[in-house]
Amino acid sequence: MTVTLDQTIAHKQHTFWSRLFGNQTFWVVIAVVLACLFLSFTTDSFATSKNLYNITRNVTFVAIVALGMTFVIITGGIDLSVGSVLCLCSMVLAVTMHAGYGIGMGIAAALITALVIGAFNGILIAYLGFPPFVVTLGMLSIARSLAMVASNNTVVFQFGPDHDKLLALGGGAWLFGIANPVLYMIVLALITGFVLRWTRFGRHVFAIGGNEHAATLTGVPVKPIKVAVYMICALSAGIAGIVETGWLGAVTTNIGNGMELQVIAATVIGGANLAGGVGTALGALVGAALIEVIRNSLGLLGINAFWQGTFIGGAIILAVLFDRLRNLRQSD
Amino acid sequence: MAVLELANVSKHFGAIQAVSDVSLSIDPGQVVGLMGDNGAGKSTLVKMIAGNFRPSQGIMRMDGQDLVLHKPVDARRHGIEIVHQDLALCDNLTAAANVFLGRELRRGLGPVSILDYASMYRRAGEIFTELKSETRARDPVRRMSGGQRQAVAIARTMLSKARIVLMDEPTAAISVRQVAEVLNLIRHLRDSGIAVVLISHRMPDVFDVADRVIVMRRGRKVADKTIASSSPEEVTGLITGAIETAAA
Repeated sequence: MTVTLDQTIAHKQHTFWSRLFGNQTFWVVIAVVLACLFLSFTTDSFATSKNLYNITRNVTFVAIVALGMTFVIITGGIDLSVGSVLCLCSMVLAVTMHAGYGIGMGIAAALITALVIGAFNGILIAYLGFPPFVVTLGMLSIARSLAMVASNNTVVFQFGPDHDKLLALGGGAWLFGIANPVLYMIVLALITGFVLRWTRFGRHVFAIGGNEHAATLTGVPVKPIKVAVYMICALSAGIAGIVETGWLGAVTTNIGNGMELQVIAATVIGGANLAGGVGTALGALVGAALIEVIRNSLGLLGINAFWQGTFIGGAIILAVLFDRLRNLRQSD
Repeated sequence: MAVLELANVSKHFGAIQAVSDVSLSIDPGQVVGLMGDNGAGKSTLVKMIAGNFRPSQGIMRMDGQDLVLHKPVDARRHGIEIVHQDLALCDNLTAAANVFLGRELRRGLGPVSILDYASMYRRAGEIFTELKSETRARDPVRRMSGGQRQAVAIARTMLSKARIVLMDEPTAAISVRQVAEVLNLIRHLRDSGIAVVLISHRMPDVFDVADRVIVMRRGRKVADKTIASSSPEEVTGLITGAIETAAA
C-alpha cells in the first residue's frame, strides 16, 4: 500500500497517551496523588478536613506567584524579587489601610506598586539589556528595604475601617467551604492557562523563550512582551501579598522571605524549563502542591523538620532528572 | 516588466563603501544566484532589498514604481519575503506555529480573539502539500530534519502573495538529499511566478537551479549573465578576482 503525501502530512505522530506519558506535569500529578493516598492510609491526621484545608490554603500563595513566574520562565527569564515584592505590596496595603483609607484604595495602591516594580524590572531587562538575574536580585533587596521604610519595620495588624473586609477577603470561604485563597488560585490558573494556550500574547511568550532572535525577525514585539511578563509576575506577587495579608491578619517585614526559591522550585517541578520555551499553568499548581504535600507529610510522619529541605531539594532534582532522561533517549 | 529593479544603488557605512553603484533587474519567475566572497557586499545588497538598510544613493523600483523601505515590515508588505540563513525557527513550537509566527490567525470568542488552531493547521498543511514536503503541521520543529526546517521557513513566504523571496544560504549545512529537497522548493516558487534571489557559496546549487548569476566583488557587480552563458570556472575566477569582469 502506498502512502500519499497528504496522508503523511495529516498523520499525527503522537497519540494522546504517548503525549501524556511523556509529560513531566503528568508524573508530578501522579506523585502528588500517590503521596496523598499513602498518607491517608498511614496517618490518621492527613485526610482530615482541617489538614486538607490547611494544605490547600498553604499551597495557594506559592502557587499564585508561580503562575506569574511561569510567564517569566517561559520567556527564558527569571524573577528573584517576587518574595520581596509580595512583602512590599502587603506592606503598602497594610499601611494605606492603617492610615484610614478603605480596602479599595489599599488594594489599588498595592497593585499599582506591583505593576510599577514589574515595569521597572522589565524595562531594564528588555530595553537596556540587563541580565534578568541581576536586575531582579537588586529588586529583591530594594523592595524588602522599601517595605521596612514604609512600616518603620513594625508589625501592622490594624487595618483601619475596612479591617474586617480585608480579613474576610483572605480568610473567608465564600463558596462551598473552599478557602478563598484557593478560589483565587483556581481563577488565576484558568486565566493563565487560557492566555498561554489561546492568545497571540501567549504564543509570542513561548516564541521568545524558544528563539528570541527568530521572534524579533518574524515581527514579534519582543521588548513590550518582555516588559509585560515581568509586570504580570510582579502583579501575581502583589495579589498573593494582598490575599496573604487578609489571611494572616498581620504583616511583618519578614513575609515572603525566601519565597522566590519555593516559587521557582514549584514551576520547575511542574515542568517549566529554566532555559525557556516550556511551561504550563497546571504545572505551576501541581509543583506547588507537591512541595506542600512533602512538607506536610514530613510533619505528620514525625520526621524531624530539618529534613524538609532535603526532601524538597530531592524533588526538584528528581523532577528535572525525568526530563533529562527523556531528552537523552530522544537525542540518541 | 521587471518585478524589482535597482538603479545605481550604493551603500556606505561611514568611510566603508559596502556596495558601489549596483544596477540590476529581476523578472517574475526568475531564479537569480547572487555569489561573491565574504565581504563582497551580498548581505548589504540583500538587506537593502529586505528593508534593513536604506541605500545611500540610487533608487529601487518595484513594477516600475519607486520603492522606499524604512523597515523590514515595509518590505513584507510589498511582497518581499526573506528566508534567513538560520531560518529563524522556534524549536519549541509546532511547524504551523512557526509558519504563522507574528501573523497568527485568530477568531473572535466573545470579547476576546483567540488563536485559530484549526485554520492554521489546515493552511500550513496545504502549503506543505503544495511544496511537496513531508512536513507535519502539528509536529514540533525540534524533531525535524534540515529539509523540513527549510520547508517551514519557506512556507512562511507563501502565506501572503510574495513577489520576491530572498534566500540566504539555504543549502549551507544540510545533507545532500536535503539540498535536493530545498532546490525543488526553489523551483516550486519559481513555477508559481515568484522571483527568487539565492545567495549561496555553493556553485553546484546555483548552476543547478538558477537562471542567472550575479557576482559581486568588493562592493561592485562584476558579472550578471545567464547560467547558460557562464561556467563554474568563470564564476570562480570572477569571485576571486582572477577574472576582472565578465565577458558579455
